[in-house]
Amino acid sequence: MSSTTFLQQCLTGISLGGAYALIAIGYTLVYGILRLINFAHGDIFMMAGYFMIFAMAVFPWWISIPLVLIITTILGVGIERVAYKPLRTAPRMSVMISAIGVSYLLQNLATYLFTALPKGYPEIPGLKKVYQIGGLSASFVTFLTPVLTVALVFILIQLINHTKIGMAMRAVSKDYETAQLMGIKIDRTISFTFAIGSLLAGVGSILYFTDRMTVFPFSGSLPGLKCFVAAVIGGIGNIPGAVAGGFILGLGETAMVAMGYSTFSDAFTFILLIIMLLIKPTGLFGEKVTDKV
Amino acid sequence: MKNTQTNSASPLQKKKNFTANLITIIAGIALIAFLEANKSAFSYQISILERSAVMAVVAVSMNLLTGFTGLFSLGQAGFMAIGAYTVAIFTIPVQERASVYYVDGIAPALANVHLPFWLALLVGGLLAAGIAALIGIPVLRLKSDYLAIATLGFSEIIRALISAPQFNKITNGSYGLKNIPAFPNLFVFFGIVILCIGLMILLINSSYGRVFKAIREDEVAAESMGINLFHYKELSFVISSFFTGVGGGLLAMFMRSIDSKTFQVTLTYEILLIVVLGGIGSVTGSVLGAFLITFGKEWLRFFDEPLVIAGVSIPLFRTGFRMVIFSIILMLVVLFHSRGLMGSNEFSWPGFVRWLKSFPARFTKKKKAVSDGGEKS
Amino acid sequence: MKMRKVFAVGLSAVLAVSMLAGCGGSSSGNKTIKIGVFEPQTGENGGGGLQEVQGIRYANQKYPTVKIGNDTYNVKLVEVDNKSDKTEAVTAAQKLVSEKVSVVLGSYGSGVSIAAGQYFADAKIPAIGCSCTNPQVTKGNDFYFRVCFLDPFQGTVMANYAWQNNLKKAAVITQLGDDYSSGLGSFFTTAYQKLGGTIADSEQFQTNQTDFKAILTNIKAANPDIIFAPSSITTAPLIIKQARELGIKSVIAAGDTWENSTIIENAGKDAEGIVLSTFYDESDPANDEGKSFVTGYKEYMKNNKVENPDIIPAVSALGYDAYLCAIKAIEAAGSTDTTKIRDSLKTLKVDGVTGSISFDENGDAKKDMAYIKTVQDGKFKFLTTTKVQ
Repeated sequence: MSSTTFLQQCLTGISLGGAYALIAIGYTLVYGILRLINFAHGDIFMMAGYFMIFAMAVFPWWISIPLVLIITTILGVGIERVAYKPLRTAPRMSVMISAIGVSYLLQNLATYLFTALPKGYPEIPGLKKVYQIGGLSASFVTFLTPVLTVALVFILIQLINHTKIGMAMRAVSKDYETAQLMGIKIDRTISFTFAIGSLLAGVGSILYFTDRMTVFPFSGSLPGLKCFVAAVIGGIGNIPGAVAGGFILGLGETAMVAMGYSTFSDAFTFILLIIMLLIKPTGLFGEKVTDKV
Repeated sequence: MKNTQTNSASPLQKKKNFTANLITIIAGIALIAFLEANKSAFSYQISILERSAVMAVVAVSMNLLTGFTGLFSLGQAGFMAIGAYTVAIFTIPVQERASVYYVDGIAPALANVHLPFWLALLVGGLLAAGIAALIGIPVLRLKSDYLAIATLGFSEIIRALISAPQFNKITNGSYGLKNIPAFPNLFVFFGIVILCIGLMILLINSSYGRVFKAIREDEVAAESMGINLFHYKELSFVISSFFTGVGGGLLAMFMRSIDSKTFQVTLTYEILLIVVLGGIGSVTGSVLGAFLITFGKEWLRFFDEPLVIAGVSIPLFRTGFRMVIFSIILMLVVLFHSRGLMGSNEFSWPGFVRWLKSFPARFTKKKKAVSDGGEKS
Repeated sequence: MKMRKVFAVGLSAVLAVSMLAGCGGSSSGNKTIKIGVFEPQTGENGGGGLQEVQGIRYANQKYPTVKIGNDTYNVKLVEVDNKSDKTEAVTAAQKLVSEKVSVVLGSYGSGVSIAAGQYFADAKIPAIGCSCTNPQVTKGNDFYFRVCFLDPFQGTVMANYAWQNNLKKAAVITQLGDDYSSGLGSFFTTAYQKLGGTIADSEQFQTNQTDFKAILTNIKAANPDIIFAPSSITTAPLIIKQARELGIKSVIAAGDTWENSTIIENAGKDAEGIVLSTFYDESDPANDEGKSFVTGYKEYMKNNKVENPDIIPAVSALGYDAYLCAIKAIEAAGSTDTTKIRDSLKTLKVDGVTGSISFDENGDAKKDMAYIKTVQDGKFKFLTTTKVQ
């Protein structure tokens, strides 16, 4: 493989990894607090894509972007209120089934409202400008994605470590009941967690779909699943871990295709997951949690 | 969660049960014979019944694993695929194989191996069970959420292997398999279905079943009672996968042609929702759920057509609406009625009679409440 | 407690009603003959399927009756949605069989046609495929016919086109798990290599995949003159746009599925210059029927608020032709007996809007001509016709 091709593939991999990382953070945050795999997260990501299409049809981009982010956040928090909150005392399986149900509902809703045909994603001026560096050719957004990802993660970590609400989030994820006893407003904390997760998913969606240029109802299902795997690989509940997982997955997947094993690019993700679960179930950066008998 | 069924029913009740069961069986056989005779007129209804029955087998096997042993697995589609492809590969008539494998040709070892369908089903189930045994070793150690994702992952890996071009000579990769012969007649089909479900019920009611339930209730307590957790979990996983594989084989014979797209994760979700709707931990519930959902999906088809009432076209009804309604119904079940239709109860004649009898009682209760001015019912 | 009972009663009622509803069936008047329309209206191929259905509906509007013997029968269309899915296709096909249709038209999408074919054959109902091009649809099935050409033909046509235009190195992209895409890809490969061309790279992608950058980077490194990527309308704009973004300058080509205005809509100016083979060209009507179809159908599309009413999708023309074949066959058979209709199809000769149609012993239309089109200035433009000996 020539060096330009190699670099091009690396670029693709890093960009993909960045988008995956943003979504993976949403999973890891929610799991850390609620021990819930939010199957619907990938579909929130997809809905954000559709929101953008409709917003850009009406408003200019500098209104559309914040609007879409706000709507996505509301969607995420809304789902939590309607589908997960009533089941907080129910067995874990019920909540997971509820998550699957929401995911299913969102996909069918999208198919019904927007038809199964793909819709073109609008161009945000400046982002799609193609740059040629040597033999490499990519649009600006490809370069922007990983950079923005790292920046946002940095801000998020500051938030978690240095603000009151961040401390509340950490407390709830460590010990749900005690945190409640200590007077932390559980509902607000959980809603905030979902809000952040959805917000990041919204940003990820803008970056991802600008790069890939069309949206269809199932655009979120496979990336969603893979991003959960990314979160697990990095250590569920751990934010830098989720980011690392995202990049590992993005690069790995691209490498698989580059080497000619495109058939197995999806399988690769799951094989990696299983290996991880067998060797180090807590993930790369995770901590051991003991089961209380 | 009291189970009102007792094993020590009175002799009179037992006799009543026996007669009721006998009548039902005879009615069932008569119905099947009728349908068989009028195959073409009722082919639509028959195909829905067949599909429901296949889903019922897989739903019960998933319930065995998830409802009775408490292991949340999402790998059903993969095992069904194994069963389906095994049956397909071995039952396509030998002379047609060359034309089905029209691109790369069939592997010489398989070209002439032809098995009668029941043997192919058995082999399919055993192969699925064998692979489950292998997968179980690493995977069953994991906690419930991770188990779900790991099994889902294996399901996708199996699907990737089936469609891989490297295996074209065996599975025909992306080109799909067709010309799978159908069942000789309906009796054989329903016979196999009832046999499978019957075997699973026997298992659940045996001492093995009690161990599974113990594991579901409290793993640590069960282990401290001397139960080898891994051994029984593996047993449940393997047996469940066997029947899932057989179910997949039945699906292949029902559909007459398959490809890897049929066995995506959405198939697993459909079965999961059947199990949830019917009641986790109830075999009757799963069977009932399978029929209800398959019938329901067809019945709801009218939501996809534009609806005109008194000349006014209602804007909501267009293609895709059916699935939205379907998803909403399922969300309602999950949120408000998570025990499903049957909870964890099984069907019993006394229970059925009681349920029927409760209707007039409910209506008089309502009337009384109204006349008494809002008495708490 | 109450909720559960209400719930259970409600669902049992649903079960009962649906059984009854299924058993009922429509009461057919004495003088009606039913033609089944077996197409996807939702799912991956919903867009193309709908266009075919519209062609059929227009044909029904134009020819609402058929003469059988001395009686005039009304033709009623029975539409079912096979949802682009093989499992659903089986139930949808069974529904048509239960409705006792005399002929079936469809489907868009070879996979569902193959799945349903057995059932139509078992019920002895002849089926006329409109745009399903995979050979397996009619092979070994005595009751399936089709009015379009086949993938081996189409693959050869595209290979010929590439070779004749000096495009000596090709890359092929196919969809894993899809029989149409993989089949057409392999036919192209065989034909192309026979002509002497080299396949520089061959890649596959998964269903619902949206990111082709990695695959396309590999292809870019192989530097082909032409990329052949038979795929659905969902994936096409993704491949086209991402390829151009990576700076790939090769010609991008595909088969008949790409003749759809959604691709131009979604791919924008990157769609300029793509090449595809198709069944129909509206600027060159083959006969009088074709001429009146062009004006009549555009009118129909406007009246029914169809998107892009200025371009006639090829599959709509095929749907129209399939309907024409069906009623001409029924007329020739002089009865509603499905086997007789099938027999009359075997010897039928019809002047359809896509040319003259007759069927060979496999049930495939004897078509030796394909139209190659390209996209210019945001519109499909006819490039050339190719004949294959």
